[in-house]
Amino acid sequence: MKYSDKVMERFKNTKNMGRIENADGIGKVGNAKCGDVMWIYIKVENDIITECKFETFGCVAAIATSSLATDLVIGKTMKEALEITNKNIVEMLDGLPPEKLHCSVLAEDGIKRAIEDYNRRKQGLSPLPEKEEDDHEHEHDHDNEKV
Amino acid sequence: MDKVYYLDNNATTKTDPEVVKAMLPYFSDNYFNPSGVYSAAQDARKDVENARATAAKFLNADPKEIIFTSGGTESDNMAVKGAAYANTDKGRHIITTKIEHHAIINTCKYLEKHGWEVTYLPVDKYGIVDMEELKKAIRKDTVLISVMFANNEIGTIQPIEEIGKIARENNVYFHTDAVQAAGKVKLDVKKLNVDMMSLSAHKFHGPKGVGIFYLKKGVRIHSLSQGGHHENNRRAGTENVPGIIGMAKACEIASAHLDDAPDMARIKALRDRLEKGIIEKIPEVIVNGHPDKRMDNTSNVSIRYIEGEGMLIHMDFEGICASSGSACTSGSLDPSHVLLAIGLDHGTAHGSIRFSLSKYTTDEDVNKVLEVLPPAVVKLRSMSPFWKEKNK
Ligand SMILES: Cc1ncc(COP(=O)(O)O)c(C=O)c1O
Repeated sequence: MKYSDKVMERFKNTKNMGRIENADGIGKVGNAKCGDVMWIYIKVENDIITECKFETFGCVAAIATSSLATDLVIGKTMKEALEITNKNIVEMLDGLPPEKLHCSVLAEDGIKRAIEDYNRRKQGLSPLPEKEEDDHEHEHDHDNEKV
Repeated sequence: MDKVYYLDNNATTKTDPEVVKAMLPYFSDNYFNPSGVYSAAQDARKDVENARATAAKFLNADPKEIIFTSGGTESDNMAVKGAAYANTDKGRHIITTKIEHHAIINTCKYLEKHGWEVTYLPVDKYGIVDMEELKKAIRKDTVLISVMFANNEIGTIQPIEEIGKIARENNVYFHTDAVQAAGKVKLDVKKLNVDMMSLSAHKFHGPKGVGIFYLKKGVRIHSLSQGGHHENNRRAGTENVPGIIGMAKACEIASAHLDDAPDMARIKALRDRLEKGIIEKIPEVIVNGHPDKRMDNTSNVSIRYIEGEGMLIHMDFEGICASSGSACTSGSLDPSHVLLAIGLDHGTAHGSIRFSLSKYTTDEDVNKVLEVLPPAVVKLRSMSPFWKEKNK
């Protein structure tokens, strides 16, 4: 198996999946073309993230990283949540295959964007638009080998 | 190993125990190099030549037209590069399709880097090549047309006989990659009007790493590797004797199997039941490939709004082996070129899975998929933003 046990465990028993209907902030990242889209929802009370859920269209790594990221921010202050990096996520999952590292970047991005969206809304600004990830951020040098 | 429900026969098949039995002596007692002059070696030579006769019969070819190779990839390379290098006096243009296996596509790409021009014919939504497009693509300097018999991902079968006729009329060599067809449909090189054909033993219950290259008498190709005088100077290297013997056995068994209509009908009935079950139990499913011009063992479905790898892994938890057109299972970020060529958008292509059956597939295998896949889809869709949006 190309994934670590931790990734598989996360994927099998997925936590925090779904939508928060009256979320205080939403972070939409990814690109369906590349096969990964993450929407992260947060509820905030007194500067603390009380609830966080995700919706992900994507592979096993995308689902596992988004689930872990949502877990990590629950109970944290905004500042603490912003300190979480993709590296933390990868380490906590005992690593990811190299071609899947972008999933962890996406999860970090999703959290950051949800917080940014929350801050904008608090200031009375319009919600953040969806962030379309640039195709070129990925390496396209692997060929899609099929048998 | 835990019990597996094997539905990935287009990737490889289980080696028939009869094939294994036929091969075993050639690892132990009969290990001789068929090129030797002593009688033990000459016995090995005889066995290899008998295998060649069996392979020839399998394709309605002459034994002299059979070259043993290391499999589909080598045979495909031999056809494309071999014909390209040998016919530069005529030109440097090759015609193929957008849905070929990478053994053809990447060989063509390689030639493009070295001065050849390649036309990749489009296909319709079922994956079938348009004959008018093909005719239009033929030029004075076209040296080869290569069109696969049956597609490995969606199972669509091309009108090979007709393409062969067009190629003949235009005096262009015609190669078909019949790797997925061998053992599942009858192959007659004469009836099909082909000049070259690729086969791979492991796709029809033979061993891995051995294949056939059919080369019609008089067709000019260059050999790819230089060395000894093996295979009539076409393919240097000591013969893979156990592999060749095993492959010949697999040809024999497949012939009997092809003549046995109920056996073939059973596979198709199982495939149809699987497909029907998936459509009944899961909403928003697209069946890919041609409704009837399709391999009876192949089912490729797009389960919309989710991605393929998650489904494969959920099935793997229960021992089911299948494959996906999603990028995630391949190390690439683009989904299958075949699914894009038939017009699927990226998202739908990412959510495609392929089930491929064989003579060893049972009712139990199909039941298992119908039991495991629907709840996995429900779970994955419940966390898919697209599914929610769609149902708003
Ligand atoms: C259509 C097609 N062509 C060629 C090949 C390559 O065959 P092999 O694995 O024997 O190299 C395959 C399978 O991998 C195939 O499905």
